[in-house]
Amino acid sequence: MRLKLVPQNTSFDFFSRWKIWLGISALMMIVAFTSFMLQGLNFGIDFRGGTTIRTQSTQEIDVGVYRDALAPLELGDVTITEIFDPNFGPDENVAMIRIQAQEDAEAVTSDVITQVGEVLAAADPGLKLPFESVESVGPKVSGELIQTAVIAVVLAIGAVLVYIWLRFEWQFALGAVAALVHDVILTIGIFSELQIRFDLAIIAALLTIVGYSLNDTVVVFDRVRENLRKYKKKDLKEVLNISINETLSRTVMTSVTTLLALISLYVLGGDVIRGFVFAMIWGVIVGTYSSVFVASTILLWLGVKRDWSKPSNNAGNQFANVDA
Amino acid sequence: MLQIDTWKRVLIWLVCVIGLILALPNAFYTRVEQSNDAKAAIELGIDTPEMQAEAAQWPNWLPSSLVNLGLDLRGGAHLLAEVQVGDVYESRMEAMWPEIRDALRDERATVGTIRKQESAPDEIRVRISQPEGMSRALEVVRGLARQVQTLTGVGATDIEARSEGDTIVVQLSEAEKLATDDRTVRQSLEIVRRRIDEVGTREPTIQRQGADRILIQVPGIGSAGELKEIIGTTAQLTFNPVVGRGTNPDAVPGIGEQVLPSIDETGLFYTVESAPVVTGEELVDAQPAFDQNGRPAVSFRFNTSGARKFGDYTLENIGQPFAIILDDEVISAPVIQSHIPGGSGIITGNFTVEESTNLAVLLRAGALPAGLEFLEERTIGPELGQDSIDAGKVATIVAFVAVLAFMALSYGLFGLFANIALIINVGLLFGLLSLIGATLTLPGIAGIVLTVGMAVDANVLIFERIREELKSARGPARAIELGYEKALSAILDANVTTFITAVILFAMGSGPVRGFAITLGLGILTSVFTAIFVTRLMIVIWFERRRPKTIEV
Repeated sequence: MRLKLVPQNTSFDFFSRWKIWLGISALMMIVAFTSFMLQGLNFGIDFRGGTTIRTQSTQEIDVGVYRDALAPLELGDVTITEIFDPNFGPDENVAMIRIQAQEDAEAVTSDVITQVGEVLAAADPGLKLPFESVESVGPKVSGELIQTAVIAVVLAIGAVLVYIWLRFEWQFALGAVAALVHDVILTIGIFSELQIRFDLAIIAALLTIVGYSLNDTVVVFDRVRENLRKYKKKDLKEVLNISINETLSRTVMTSVTTLLALISLYVLGGDVIRGFVFAMIWGVIVGTYSSVFVASTILLWLGVKRDWSKPSNNAGNQFANVDA
Repeated sequence: MLQIDTWKRVLIWLVCVIGLILALPNAFYTRVEQSNDAKAAIELGIDTPEMQAEAAQWPNWLPSSLVNLGLDLRGGAHLLAEVQVGDVYESRMEAMWPEIRDALRDERATVGTIRKQESAPDEIRVRISQPEGMSRALEVVRGLARQVQTLTGVGATDIEARSEGDTIVVQLSEAEKLATDDRTVRQSLEIVRRRIDEVGTREPTIQRQGADRILIQVPGIGSAGELKEIIGTTAQLTFNPVVGRGTNPDAVPGIGEQVLPSIDETGLFYTVESAPVVTGEELVDAQPAFDQNGRPAVSFRFNTSGARKFGDYTLENIGQPFAIILDDEVISAPVIQSHIPGGSGIITGNFTVEESTNLAVLLRAGALPAGLEFLEERTIGPELGQDSIDAGKVATIVAFVAVLAFMALSYGLFGLFANIALIINVGLLFGLLSLIGATLTLPGIAGIVLTVGMAVDANVLIFERIREELKSARGPARAIELGYEKALSAILDANVTTFITAVILFAMGSGPVRGFAITLGLGILTSVFTAIFVTRLMIVIWFERRRPKTIEV
């Protein structure tokens, strides 16, 4: 007996309410964008400079005590968050301390770190020293990192646009890119809405989402291209529906295997990469949705040149195009 | 119909076997690592029975390259330093001054008396008392300029001189600045490398980044602070004439002079000439030693030109004090007792044995030509790294088992083929990573897990296609063949686009992100290879043996 997530033959009509789907996507994008504009992203030190210190203690962590202990050092904006993870034992209490970029130095000096260690050890006898990790990024580098990150994402989307344009038609390229932009905006939106720390690794996740979403879109489009040649008489909407239904089983299978792998990483992979994996899980879900409901819908909206046969083959009916 | 040439079959299996053999050492990571370290030590001449025993843990005939573990997995320190290339302009100008002074003095009849003015550190300003002689003065100064070897600047010289009223302003030319910057960064890189090598840690990464930056990653070191101490000291050693000494730190030095503190006696300050007689760059050797009183000291030896300059100076200035200056602090200021012709000497101070050893190391490795500013520093504790490895391992195994089970349930026998291919795929990926000496980072592990999830995609595409082709029923062999044929374009397009993003990530990213891009990119290559060739070969072999009338995918 085989496990079948999707029945053998499906004939869902994905476009009967295509305007609604596009509307929902547009609305979600607006919500995401508004959240981004209003709240902004919770940038990690990679992007805004500063220092993060990861502490571990055998005792329960009291964030207030830590804050009071650090106050006399006058380090400016200090954020302390406790971290929970199923992998931690009962005597492993972990916190992240983030200190804003200091004005006088590019990277925080070792003296400051030593001082922080001393005052915290005084406040929390269970504190483990040296710290589990200390990372410090100067404002100069963080500015450049933002720039590089933005360039990377734009470049990736641009490269993909060109590739699909070359392999398919410009309408396909636009559809795919619309889906990508949709995924990227929704991912940024959820990071801003939930205020999850946004650092360099998340950019990697964003680009992976771009890759994954594209993977999905391209498989559907490949089938659309094939079916456009096969069913010359059927209208575009029907061809798109057939293609999506034919590839539906594969789309679901791949999404499920990828999600299985990612979820195991999310649960068991430790707290250090949890944000990164979360972005990818979200991206796989959104990417799967967008390849059907955004990319294909845009394609339907834009229309496609139907005479896929070579110009020499329709030399006789070249005037037929006049009416079209 | 379903045919694969014998040579192709051999080739496919060969690639798999080689890949898996290359991956094998990673399964015995600690053992192979110990063995590799021991072998390296034996080669360096440390040949003890224990070393031999450790080396023998892994046979020589097996490959022994391992996937490097990134800092986030192994623990260690990461620094990004910016070389302050401007520092060098200053010392260049200082070195230029005696030459300019002498040349202008020779022309006293036309230019009159000369006087050095206060100026920005990267230029020299000289006022002449007879402004009429300016054109001659400029001519003389320009005559000191040397040609610069550059690709574009034909006829460019190293210094530029211009007049401002009765003042001559001398500066390095743009072409020379560019050339100097490049030289400074390369020199700094080399010196940082030598210093870290002297300390002797495993697999440090020392790379130039961009125009004036150096990336330093040292696994296993306690903290970025420690690393900074090793490489951050400039160890700029100079021997300067002493003008005077006193207790006032704010004493106003004359033009071309500076006030420096004494390293041992607090409150004591020396006024010295800024232009050194000899610098540490002309040292050929420095060794920890002891002076006649048995106190730790550092003995040194100059190269020929340094020895000559030092000899001449000591001959002319017997009875005068000169200062030995390290990083803008006066170590000692002995009085020259006699002419020192041999070019060797000894530095005494209140050193401990450890300090004198360190100083000798720093002097031997050479001084950093310019200061370093640290833009980024990261320390990851070894335990956090180990936790990440453990968590990553468990997550990967669970992900693996889940995907294997899911594939077997969904596609039956074909699913099993895909699963074998998936195992080979991960093996190949590790083989490739070890072969190119790639670094595995935490996001890199995520890349592998993602590859496990996505690697089946190509197989899924093919199997789904075979299912479809089976419906049009022209026999199982034909269905399999068509399935592969028709799925190919989708597989290629889908993977090429993902590969493009991996390449961009690799090009733009750094550190951990780059590690992720590598595993993702290589994972795409291996998964396409295993899906198109390995599973296909397995299916074909199975089909040839069984000749089934119907197949179920």
